[in-house]
Amino acid sequence: MKRISRGAAVVSAMLVTVPAFAADPDIVALREELAEVRQIYEKRLSTLEARLAQYEGKAARSEAKAVSAEVIARKAVVAASQKPASEAAFNPAISAVLMATYGYTGRDPNHYAIQGFIPTGGDVTLPRRNFSLGESEIGIAADIDHLFRGQLTLSLPPKENTIALEEAFAQTLSLGSGTTLRVGRFFSGIGYLNGQHAHAWDFVDAPLVYKVMLGGQLHSDGLQVKWIAPTDLFLEFGGELANGGPFPSTDRSENGATMYALFAHAGGDVGLSSSWRAGVSWLNTSPRDRAYQDMNRLGNAVTDAFSGRSNLLIADGIWKWAPEGNATDRSLVLQGEFFLRDEQGLLRYDLTGAALSGDYAAQQAGLYGQVLYQFIPHWRIGYRFDWLDSGSHNIGLVDSGALSSFDFPLLGGFSPKRHSVMLDWTPSEFSRIRFQYARDDASPGRTDNQLWVQLITSFGAHGAHHF
Amino acid sequence: MKKLIRLSVLLLAAGLAVDAHAVLRIFATVPEWGALAKEIGGEGVDVFIATTGQQDPHHVQARPSLIARAREADLVVATGAELEIGWLPLVQRDSGNDRIQLGQRGYFEAATEVALLEIPAHLDRAEGDVHPGGNPHVQMDPRNIEAVGAALVERMAELVPPADAATFRLHWQTFDERWKSAMAGWEKRGAPLRGTLIVVQHKAFPYLEDWLGLVEVAALEPKPGVEPSVAYLNKLRAQVTGRPPKLVVRAAYQSPQAAEWFSREAKIPVAVVPFTVGGSAQATDLFGLFEDTLDQLLGALK
Repeated sequence: MKRISRGAAVVSAMLVTVPAFAADPDIVALREELAEVRQIYEKRLSTLEARLAQYEGKAARSEAKAVSAEVIARKAVVAASQKPASEAAFNPAISAVLMATYGYTGRDPNHYAIQGFIPTGGDVTLPRRNFSLGESEIGIAADIDHLFRGQLTLSLPPKENTIALEEAFAQTLSLGSGTTLRVGRFFSGIGYLNGQHAHAWDFVDAPLVYKVMLGGQLHSDGLQVKWIAPTDLFLEFGGELANGGPFPSTDRSENGATMYALFAHAGGDVGLSSSWRAGVSWLNTSPRDRAYQDMNRLGNAVTDAFSGRSNLLIADGIWKWAPEGNATDRSLVLQGEFFLRDEQGLLRYDLTGAALSGDYAAQQAGLYGQVLYQFIPHWRIGYRFDWLDSGSHNIGLVDSGALSSFDFPLLGGFSPKRHSVMLDWTPSEFSRIRFQYARDDASPGRTDNQLWVQLITSFGAHGAHHF
Repeated sequence: MKKLIRLSVLLLAAGLAVDAHAVLRIFATVPEWGALAKEIGGEGVDVFIATTGQQDPHHVQARPSLIARAREADLVVATGAELEIGWLPLVQRDSGNDRIQLGQRGYFEAATEVALLEIPAHLDRAEGDVHPGGNPHVQMDPRNIEAVGAALVERMAELVPPADAATFRLHWQTFDERWKSAMAGWEKRGAPLRGTLIVVQHKAFPYLEDWLGLVEVAALEPKPGVEPSVAYLNKLRAQVTGRPPKLVVRAAYQSPQAAEWFSREAKIPVAVVPFTVGGSAQATDLFGLFEDTLDQLLGALK
């Protein structure tokens, strides 16, 4: 713009200085000269203007270019720093477990019973024959805030097409000093296997002793406190107060806790290659009218019910070995638990209309031991031995002669045994295919051969597994 | 009974042997960060390392001993980028130690201090054991060790009294100077490796490749964390004939079969690199780690 005005000023100044005389030959000459000058200047002006226009266009274009590049760069930085604002941004970790099973059993699993033990009403039956879906699981977990973490595990039993709440608890993150508090529904910390979800088991089904003494697995609604000692040796002490709903307790409408548990675990490493954990647990509860179905000597259905006190002691141990502690290629795991239960109270014998009641006392024991060997990467073989002792039953109604022991056939003394072998292949952390054979002597004269093929998969958030 | 008492007293004594005099108790997930913390902390810090150089850092279990040590730790030094996702969160939560939880000053992640490579554009478990944040094996580039150390010294300094913080910073300065000159030496020695075509067993070496200018032609694992079959290795061998690699590289903790098979078939040498401190007899500290890595690479190429 400046250049144009300067040029215009020069030309106009020249025009002004020219005198306005017409006929004079000098004037003519001057006019011609002027016309010439005008021509020259007009020409130069137009070239100048043209060049100016050219420059201006270029400048504008490059300026526009620079501006747009800057805008793009800034937009990119902003975009990179921004996550889309959405309600889903704080979604918790979600994982799902699917288990598919094919089962072959020599005997009908619907008539499966474990002789010598009061039925638990819990999950003691075998997985179904033929193709079936095991319990699917949906897990949701996240830090709630700086104080708590929450976990919710839903299990979907295929038979009932319902949803069961397996675990739902909040756990403290910030108590410090080795203390952790859990509130809600959780797997009790007693024993070793009790805290593990079914998909983490090394065999298709739970050990017999878990089936008869904990109804499969004990989860309770209550409060758990755990404390880790400030020592290099792992020492953990825990206690639980719970509302005793599930076996071995019963639902009772009371304000105080009706189930108590105490447990202590120790653990550590031996050299680089081995590590271990061992513990003792105690579970105390007072069931009221814990009912089960039986058949008396005449073949009539009766409802028996136990009320009294139930004490359970568990000793558990696990030892893991891997060369140099590198379990990728080879590893060996030895694991076992021993249960001892003492129940004392009253047993009611209820044949519709006529109920009798008498003392009841039983000391029962059971154990399982298992060994797992990973012989090449991703492949393991395992063997498990189950043993139960129905122990001594003192039934007052029998001792007094009011009834005979044939009126309590399920409580007849027996020592159930089972041998299981399995082979599994774990192609990744998220899938496993297992073959298992078991020879099951859960009740007298009913030896059962069982064969299972199982696919266990988990997907979604990457979970961490306990030792 | 007497025996039992004596045993329990012994056990208790062993268990109570926590170093109460340490200025700072550090729980390192892998040996390289433990070694770095020791360089910075010197005698004043008690460093516990959860794994050894012979162990696969992907497959660590939440052992009771780890929970016990995490319970007393002032600072957890982890790699991050999900390397420890299978066990560390559990150890943190079960330890009942509020100082080392996620988001606390007592939890330090090395991967957040360096530029991560191999950030997957496509996240799917069908791709194998992929880490959403990028490849977590950052320790194989000494420049990353320096970057992590610079951040770690500040974090450690934050957690101790000023006098100890000054000591840490002094240690770090001395280390950093030695490290810089060592790096210059390694880079000079490693110059002939630039542009060398290599095959790796596991995708564990992008940072080493980036540093030394090695060019990865292929990985023996079909997917990260998945064992290769002989059929796959055969296919791979045919595939790389167009760009014949000079070297197979594997980490010391990995099983040798696949690398040896490929080496035999393709008639190229294997270099077994320590991968972390303690991964080989020579790799006794961080300097040894890179000395030996270069020795192995250059030695195999001779």
